Amino acid sequence: MCADQTAQPKTSRRRAIELFLGGGLLASLASFIYPVLRFLVPPAVIDLGGDEVVAAKVGDIKPNSGKIFRFGSRPGLLILNNDGTYRALSATCTHLGCTVQYRPDLREIWCACHNGIYDLNGRNVSGPPPRPLTVFDVHLRGDEIVVNRKREA
Amino acid sequence: MISALIHWLDERLNLDGLIAPFKHKTVPTHRLSYWYFFGGITLFLFIIQVLTGILLLLYYRPGANEAFESVQYIVTRVQFGWLIRSVHAWSANLMIFTAFVHMFSVLFLKAYRKPRELTWVTGVVLLILVMGFGFSGYLLPWNTLAFFATKVGTEIAGQVPIIGKPMMIFLRGGEEVTGATLSRFFGFHVAVLPGLVTVLIAIHLFLVQRQGMSVPPKLDVKWTANPSERREMKFFPNFMLREMMAWYVAMGVLGALAAIFPWNLGVKADPFVSAPAGIKPEWYFMFMFQTLKVIPSKVWFVDGEVLGVLGCSLAGVLWLLLPFFESDPPARTKSWITGLSIFALVYVIGMSVYGYLAH
Amino acid sequence: MATLRIKVRPFVSARPVWLAGLIVLGACLSYGQTVNSCLDCHSAQPGRLEVTPEKFSQDIHSQKGLTCTSCHGGDSSSYDPDQAMSRKAGWKGKVDRKQIPQLCGSCHSNPALMRQYNPSLRTDQLDQYHTSVHGKLLAAGDSKVAVCTDCHSVHDLRPPSDPRSTVNPVNVAKTCSRCHSDAAYMKQYGIPTDQFAKYNTSVHYDAMVVRGDLSAPTCTTCHGNHGAAPPGVDKVQNVCATCHAFQAQMYAKSTHAKAFQDASLPGCVVCHSNHAIHLPSDAMLGTGPSGVCMRCHTAGDHCDRARADILDNLTRLDASIKDADQSLRLAESAGMEVSAARLSQDQARDSLTKARVTIHTFQAALVNEDVQAGMKIADANLKAGQDAMVERNHRRIGLGICLIAIAMMLVGLWLYIKKLESK
Repeated sequence: MCADQTAQPKTSRRRAIELFLGGGLLASLASFIYPVLRFLVPPAVIDLGGDEVVAAKVGDIKPNSGKIFRFGSRPGLLILNNDGTYRALSATCTHLGCTVQYRPDLREIWCACHNGIYDLNGRNVSGPPPRPLTVFDVHLRGDEIVVNRKREA
Repeated sequence: MISALIHWLDERLNLDGLIAPFKHKTVPTHRLSYWYFFGGITLFLFIIQVLTGILLLLYYRPGANEAFESVQYIVTRVQFGWLIRSVHAWSANLMIFTAFVHMFSVLFLKAYRKPRELTWVTGVVLLILVMGFGFSGYLLPWNTLAFFATKVGTEIAGQVPIIGKPMMIFLRGGEEVTGATLSRFFGFHVAVLPGLVTVLIAIHLFLVQRQGMSVPPKLDVKWTANPSERREMKFFPNFMLREMMAWYVAMGVLGALAAIFPWNLGVKADPFVSAPAGIKPEWYFMFMFQTLKVIPSKVWFVDGEVLGVLGCSLAGVLWLLLPFFESDPPARTKSWITGLSIFALVYVIGMSVYGYLAH
Repeated sequence: MATLRIKVRPFVSARPVWLAGLIVLGACLSYGQTVNSCLDCHSAQPGRLEVTPEKFSQDIHSQKGLTCTSCHGGDSSSYDPDQAMSRKAGWKGKVDRKQIPQLCGSCHSNPALMRQYNPSLRTDQLDQYHTSVHGKLLAAGDSKVAVCTDCHSVHDLRPPSDPRSTVNPVNVAKTCSRCHSDAAYMKQYGIPTDQFAKYNTSVHYDAMVVRGDLSAPTCTTCHGNHGAAPPGVDKVQNVCATCHAFQAQMYAKSTHAKAFQDASLPGCVVCHSNHAIHLPSDAMLGTGPSGVCMRCHTAGDHCDRARADILDNLTRLDASIKDADQSLRLAESAGMEVSAARLSQDQARDSLTKARVTIHTFQAALVNEDVQAGMKIADANLKAGQDAMVERNHRRIGLGICLIAIAMMLVGLWLYIKKLESK
């Protein structure tokens, strides 16, 4: 009788310890391992940014047109000329930092904010821009159009 | 099933024999016992560093053109990348902190005395290596603050007479801090230092294991006089379970810090911009940095910087050899090491605080 | 000039002959075969007569091989002042101010001659000068007005591309101000003398001097240089349009263009002023002290309502962009990744800039189009920031779950230890 009474709370206490220990161990390990497993899954976007970026795929862009792409934290402008050559420049206007665009009708780069115009070499030809646009290197890798920051001479 | 597995392993490895030394090991129980946990916590944080470091290696790319972007990629694109990186950065800082705490607790509890001189020496070397981890790892994200901190740090190393300049060029991989420096630091951080530290930790733990836990001298005198007062607990499982609790607490603190205060990435380093205002080293270098700052530029005929660097190096060497300055058995009147320890602690804290207030 | 010669002659002839010999020797040593007696004496002359070889060597004309005699005549090979500065040798002495434009023009208006030095240099400066206010007054006998040397300096005349040149874009305003800001000097002309002070507060000064943009306008950009004159009240917009083409196109089609012309009001200047052109702000559309519309328009009329509408739209877009910025900043400081939205904020800002340009059509509907485009982007970015904060809360919940698990484990361990040690 006496032994029974003391045995009852003892087993329930052991149960509690087992629950806390087992549950805690499993739950804590799960909460440590879950982020690690998710971390191991490579993200869909492989591009790192930096000094090189895949601006577009061949065929994404029609001749005599331009496309804005992201280059690090700034926009870039990729242009496909009629003769099939690519050209990439910084798309940040040197006047007040608006994003420039390619004007197929003018064959020039145009900033809508204050009508600044650059030629395809990035030179500021009219309007308020004080400096030329930075020109990037473009080359093809497979069907990817890769843009590089020019190495400073 | 688990017991079957254990039995299978036991038949082949003699598990009991393996844990036997741990079973005999005891940990003295007294009011200062909790200081014994800090070595273990430091070890735990080191393990966290190794694991998260390996994870970061899956995506990190060294090189001036890619390092910053790859860390940005980890933080922004990789799932839970922000968490892994944050844990790595926070754990590094906590590890250095707990290592300092561990060192000073050993100092004040007189645990460095004979026969534990070698444990102390390996410990101090480990602390220096861990700070080397911090210094090299700080540069790896290649952001502006890290770039200039590295520039200043290596510059200071270059102040040492004769060997300073070659040492600086060795550290930088050239005259200036460049992508070459980054490659080198990456190598130190992921290959050289982990190897050295692992070997030293093994030696350190082996020594602790061989010599058992030290009992503070006053208590030891009392217990030797009156053995019935001796209080001990078994290392396995009693202390081990408590240590596990400490590790869990550390894990919780680490997770909370990493999740609530994610480590900042900063701005990509540009060697051609001028140094931003308020360049300061990581907090654990602050007391040395501030020491160099307060030394006047010319002391007598010696250059102040050189004097400071030499002084710090000399202090480091003396610190390393500290246990050998005590006679055996230590004279009770000779309490200058206690005084020195208190001075060192106050100096490190005071100079760090002064450094932060002065900036 | 005669008085000068009388003063100089005894001064020079009083010197012993060996000193003259020494000077010749020195001159030969320092200039090789070239002998220039003018500089040898004039480098030792006091005040305005002093011209040192160092100074003259800075002069573009000296560098192109011209010497003192090219302008002043005389014989620079002779160390006898009477011979060197004799009228017979063609010596002209100090060139009369009124003769300076003609003298400079004798070469600079000669295309055949200038081609030998700088083929791309214009040769119409003298013709232009005759059309300028300076040139007309000079012709009318006023010798106080600016002639070539006043602006270009003399004896150390540098090309305009040289940053030290008095006519380098950065220095032009200061050069003009030497006379035009001198109230006493300008008194007889009855024109203001505060242009330089006003210009120094303008956005153009800021662009030129602070931001170092040498294409930014200075005095000569609007007034001309050699043909300097005010551009004329009804032609101001043409001048501004050379840079601000977009605004000018819109303005030309607007109702204001005709109204201002009919009322002989100076176009752009009506709202933006002339020399003190400040960075425009939306407050110019307001009714406060910096508001410009209500100086002419009556409160409550059709135009006032359009004004209020435009101002309201611009203010709303500005506020939306700032809200989105704030939201993104908050997300960033919480360690969230919002760089894509950050990048797209630039486009919202572009729209605002564009809307502010479109004001020059003075049509609320057109401004509103740009504003709406910006609002759409800014709202999306605001949402991106808010979403990031929601994501942050998810992280905190995750952390909470993890901490609960850890707490559970701690309790379990503690109970287990208790149990172990109670035995």
